[in-house]
Amino acid sequence: MRSSAPDDAFFRKPWVVADKRNNALQIVAVNDAAVAAGLEIGMPLANARAICPDIEVFDADAAADTQALTHIADWCDRFTPLVALDLPYGLFLDISGCAHLFGGEAAMLSLVCRLLSRQGFIVNAAIAGTPACARALTRAVPGRIVPDGEEAATVAPLPVFALGVEDTITRGLRRAGLKTIGDVASRAPREIAARFGQAFTDLLREVLGQCDAPINPRRPPPDFIAEQHFPDPVATEETIAATLSGLAQKLVAAMERQGKGARRLEASFFRADGAVRTVVVDAGHAATRTKMIALLFRERLDALTDPLDPGFGFDLIRLSASRVDTVVQEQRDLDARTQDNDDVAALIDRMTARLGRQQVVMYLPQDTHIPERAMRIVPAQQHLPQALSAPWTQRYESEPPLRPLRMFERPEPIFVIADFPHGPPAHFNWRRARHRIARVEGPERIAPEWWNLATGMNPIENREARARDYFRVEDSEGCRFWLYREGLYRREVFEFRWFMQGMFA
Amino acid sequence: MSSARMSTLASLRDTIRRLEVQTMPQCVERVALGHAGADATLQGGLLRGVLHEVFALETRQSASATGFVAGIAQRLAQQRPVLWVQQEFAEAEAGALSMSGFVELGLDPRRLVLVRVPNAETALRAGADALACDALGAVVLELWGRAKAFDLVASRRLTLAAQSSGVPCVMFCTAAEPALSTAETRWVARAARSLPGPTWEAWGAPVLDAELVRNRHGQTGRWIMEWNCDERIFHEPAADSQPLVSAPADRSHQASAPAGRLVAFKRAG
Repeated sequence: MRSSAPDDAFFRKPWVVADKRNNALQIVAVNDAAVAAGLEIGMPLANARAICPDIEVFDADAAADTQALTHIADWCDRFTPLVALDLPYGLFLDISGCAHLFGGEAAMLSLVCRLLSRQGFIVNAAIAGTPACARALTRAVPGRIVPDGEEAATVAPLPVFALGVEDTITRGLRRAGLKTIGDVASRAPREIAARFGQAFTDLLREVLGQCDAPINPRRPPPDFIAEQHFPDPVATEETIAATLSGLAQKLVAAMERQGKGARRLEASFFRADGAVRTVVVDAGHAATRTKMIALLFRERLDALTDPLDPGFGFDLIRLSASRVDTVVQEQRDLDARTQDNDDVAALIDRMTARLGRQQVVMYLPQDTHIPERAMRIVPAQQHLPQALSAPWTQRYESEPPLRPLRMFERPEPIFVIADFPHGPPAHFNWRRARHRIARVEGPERIAPEWWNLATGMNPIENREARARDYFRVEDSEGCRFWLYREGLYRREVFEFRWFMQGMFA
Repeated sequence: MSSARMSTLASLRDTIRRLEVQTMPQCVERVALGHAGADATLQGGLLRGVLHEVFALETRQSASATGFVAGIAQRLAQQRPVLWVQQEFAEAEAGALSMSGFVELGLDPRRLVLVRVPNAETALRAGADALACDALGAVVLELWGRAKAFDLVASRRLTLAAQSSGVPCVMFCTAAEPALSTAETRWVARAARSLPGPTWEAWGAPVLDAELVRNRHGQTGRWIMEWNCDERIFHEPAADSQPLVSAPADRSHQASAPAGRLVAFKRAG
């Protein structure tokens, strides 16, 4: 977004944006003053300087351009949720069904153009039945609105340059004597496809309105939307919270009519100066109560690391629900078990909203004998029913615990005095404390997974591929540890290293 | 003190106890630990709906203390889910909870929800929120070191939350000294040496040294307890902690003969 410079004379100078194409600097964008001086897009920069020595040259920055386009696309969300990027400089907005909210197609077109030009952009816009047709119109006759069915007639007199295809094809069309789109359309499709390719033929059919390809929106459209416009932008927390409650109520009413509940809710805050911020909240099971939705959003807004900055105020707040599930209103039976599970699920949702998905977790068993991988940590919100009924292997009756209660994620190296080469440990030093071993049991050999190619490789070089001999030891004070000695003597290692993997209760 | 004053004090204490019991109807039930001496001192067992504290004074003792906490949480929860709020530093220093270890101790890993928090204030807030949900069986707060955030006000808030919902809260602090709080019972858990057992196993069931340093409604004491992994209950360490071999099933004519005396083998060397 360019802000107005204090010096007007700066604007009246010719500006160009130059980029390196084919090993030479070429002009890719010009302003009005540059066009008046005779410069055009595609001219080498050296020629441009010769024609007009007093030009301002800016470097092309494709990444910044794309980011600016993305911001504009975010801003355009207020008109319709279906917005697609048309790189490098365009946007597609699918307004089927939205135009009446803004007073008709013509009013909407002029509103969009006016608001965008007020922010400093030059806008060419058009409305048509297919995206390709609208695009062709913006390149040749901006500001047109094409009624349904008249696409072919409207684009017929336009020059072929409006199709927006590569230079080679455009030149080929001109050399073949086809100067307007009408000329191209009058030829048989077979001939066009043979000469210019099937892709071009498909594009032509879209431009003529004969077939319609939907755009690829940046986000899938939500299932339910409730929004609130503010003629006077709001910025205080209480108003925002009250607005979210009101919108949640509308949303819940709409969902209830169809018997649905939402598992993902997004609140979008549109600032008056164009920036958009979206806050997403997930629920483990379908949320159907206003109070619950308002609470989840309050937790999430409180816990944002980058707090919501209203700037000059929000002029539109929108609440949308996606991932809806059909909710069956069950009768609460006398057994309180279902009610309890719902309460726990609601608590998990609130904690996840505040702390994050990876911080509220449950455990699932893994089928492996490698101790540090025997369990998998999963977010509790998604996997609650799965984790509550996971099949853990039972322990052997009347056997002492064979696995430690606490296990280190990275085994810690220790210094051990033991009989060489295969004897049990007698003393060890861990974290600068000396422990004398009173009882020891072992070794329990745990070999790596030979079927797993990544670890089954050369054990001499690859530490993951070495066997481990585990010992359950108790020291003179009663603390119980799980140590291991890494590697088989002479087959994998030539000197031993010992590690502490965990501690028993 | 004169005897009149003593009797007045005694009657006042009685009145207070009666009043407190009336205001917390959900937590009159006491859950027995299984150890006769401890249960007698606790007048039946641990109360639900109050705050209990367990301290591990050093890192080395943290695993035994974890076992104690897991055991009493399991007994207090009685088949309901347990929420374990863990400070991330505690996981880094003492190791993560291992579910295979939980299963080996007889505890149920399906009922455990772990909440990882970066510091003590977040932990206390999460704990207070969790205690409002009465569908939980127990809430465990695992902290590391002396937390300034855990003062009398915070512990009073936890106690009130626990009382109103009936969910017990177990505060598990490692590498910290006990300080003033409104906990119902305060324990210091240490590892204890295992008793001599058969030669083929280093130790049998986990043995720990649990010291009750503060009890709001009773005496204090110190006991050695053993956790029975099959029955999931604490008990006195058996003098003879060898597993008994069951009588052979197919020799019915000898089934009535009395079992012989077990001899403990001494460790060689």
